[in-house]
Amino acid sequence: MRAVRLGVSSLLLHKLRSFLTTLGVLFGVSSVIAMLAIAEGASVEAQEQIRQLGSSNVILRSVKPPEDKVSNQESRVLSYGLTHEDHARVAETYPGVKDVVAILEVPEEVRSGSFSCRPRVMCVDPSYREVTGRIMMEGRFLSARDGQATASVCVLGYEVARYLFPFKAAIGERIKIGAEYFQIVGVMYPRVPIGSIKRDPGTEVGGEVFVPLRTGQSLFGERQVKIRSGGMDAQEVQLHEIIIAVELDQNVPMIANASRLMLTQSHREKDYEVIVPLELLLRAEETKRIFSIVLASIAGISLLVGGIGIMNVMLATVTERTREIGIRRALGAKRHHIVTQFLVETVVLSGCGGVAGVVLGLIIPQIVEAAGDMRTIVTIEAPVLAFGISVATGVIFGLYPAWRAATMDPVEALRHE
Amino acid sequence: MSALSDEEPPGGVFVHPDPGKAGDTQVVAQLENVSRVYSMGAEDVHALDDLSFSFGSGEYWAVMGSSGSGKSTLLNILGCIDRPTAGEYRVRGQAVSDLDDDQLSEMRGKELGFIFQSYNLIPQLNVLENILMPVLYQENPEEGIEERGKLLAERVGLGDRLMHRPTELSGGQQQRVAIARSLINDPALILADEATGNLDSKTAEEILKLFDELHAEGKTILIVTHEPKVGERADRILRLKDGAIEAVEDNRR
Ligand SMILES: Nc1ncnc2c1ncn2[C@@H]1O[C@H](COP(=O)(O)OP(=O)(O)OP(=O)(O)O)[C@@H](O)[C@H]1O
Ligand SMILES: [Mg+2]
Repeated sequence: MRAVRLGVSSLLLHKLRSFLTTLGVLFGVSSVIAMLAIAEGASVEAQEQIRQLGSSNVILRSVKPPEDKVSNQESRVLSYGLTHEDHARVAETYPGVKDVVAILEVPEEVRSGSFSCRPRVMCVDPSYREVTGRIMMEGRFLSARDGQATASVCVLGYEVARYLFPFKAAIGERIKIGAEYFQIVGVMYPRVPIGSIKRDPGTEVGGEVFVPLRTGQSLFGERQVKIRSGGMDAQEVQLHEIIIAVELDQNVPMIANASRLMLTQSHREKDYEVIVPLELLLRAEETKRIFSIVLASIAGISLLVGGIGIMNVMLATVTERTREIGIRRALGAKRHHIVTQFLVETVVLSGCGGVAGVVLGLIIPQIVEAAGDMRTIVTIEAPVLAFGISVATGVIFGLYPAWRAATMDPVEALRHE
Repeated sequence: MSALSDEEPPGGVFVHPDPGKAGDTQVVAQLENVSRVYSMGAEDVHALDDLSFSFGSGEYWAVMGSSGSGKSTLLNILGCIDRPTAGEYRVRGQAVSDLDDDQLSEMRGKELGFIFQSYNLIPQLNVLENILMPVLYQENPEEGIEERGKLLAERVGLGDRLMHRPTELSGGQQQRVAIARSLINDPALILADEATGNLDSKTAEEILKLFDELHAEGKTILIVTHEPKVGERADRILRLKDGAIEAVEDNRR
């Protein structure tokens, strides 16, 4: 305890120098914590987005082929994308598949009274909810019976329900999709907000409306007509998306490859894409790993710089206080007393820098989150690690000056001016 | 009394010398053919040249001699902050060459009190802390040592300055702090190198009075000085020339 007080008092004697040294450690530690928090936040967010797609799913999606190929086509209606044939082949021949969900999107307007909006209107198989892991807020999702009976029922996403029915419950109400009436049987929680959704209620409402696939196919057909300024834009897509739910995760790559092979054989152009969340997840993890290594290197370098700063200061201190060391030695101080004294000083220096760095490192992510609309996550490991390293740097880089001080010859030290 | 018993002396590295060896007084510090040679490139400087001498308990010595005669070198060896290049030095019978660095440090702290020409106080410590500094390095400091520190401060006339920093004191006051510091562990030998060299004659006189008092209490004191006036205050004078003893004088007659 005495040694600590002594160390602190001699540090206070050189306030500016001690402060500047501490500053080096402070920025090293705080930047490490802040960087890790931002990296962790981004990575967790990416993983969450991918998980929402379902990690045991393989998603086939229709993609509009590039324009230049389209222009020389004769027909005014552009026809592309996944076909019923694709769907049937997947559903009937693939082994180890739990479920296959087909999705057709229709570009219809949704209205209720004087409110109208244009959400994604998705005609889906009833198992859609289960396969994507979405959760109902109220009521129920579409049932198998709805599908077979081509019932005119629908499920609203939370955003749509809130927009169309701001003052009352949506369940049981009727809405108009295109020219057809539908009864609302359930409201579904929104997806976890991706980044920050900028909602602008007057013009565009995000969110979704779900109707049974067969109902949608029979009422709206497979030709989607979008009215745009200066004309119409018609296209024909049989299915927009096919979600294959695989029973075992280990079979996901196999199913993915089979799908890719099947689609390349049956489609003349690449008017589809195959999305494998599991692969994305692995890639995201790999990215995170590389990111972490880069960050760790930066952190290591900044802490090394801080450590060299400490060593520099301590060496200067030792030289400057050679006489004091001589006096102490002449009055009975042993080598380990001198080593301890100088080590205490460096540890106090780096420890203070470390504590201040941890505090700042916890504040920076808050600021980033508030100002930059970014998610940050401070794991417990980051501050502990950063603080530990800063103190360790202090000890390691303080050891040499302390050792030099202690092994000095007392007479020589006393003669020093 | 203990000298008369046949029992082993109490444990520890410091063994008391055979009483018969030094006549009627106990020998505190004994030099046997001690040399201290500085190798300066091709040339060797013999700061001390085959010097043998004994300082007895309770004696008050002044070491005198011209500049470069080896006074400081002698004092450093006596104070165990320097080692002889040849010969043997014993503190109360314990050969210094047998001690490792830690034991030597312990010897300095327990048996020796050093007073420097330039005071050598620690600037960031106050008067009391400076006086108590050698206690810091003792394994088992005795109880009430702080009280003892305060008493010593009073003793040297600084009882009302305990919390002052060295920079707030005059040279004489600083030297008195240094004297109190040298006494805190009750050493067997007090060594002062030009302790009054930086002080005016009036202040020097105060310091010398302190030495007189300590001598009267039975302490063993050895001072190095240039000034004949200071040398006369001691009981005996050891004159050095070119690292060897030129003369031994007795002032008491
Ligand atoms: N570190 C050293 N390296 C080389 N030679 C030294 C060293 N210290 C002392 N000497 C030499 O040893 C001799 C004795 O020096 P010492 O300091 O003991 O003299 P001194 O009697 O104390 O002189 P002064 O009265 O000037 O203080 C001198 O010739 C000096 O040059
Ligand atoms: Mg000298």
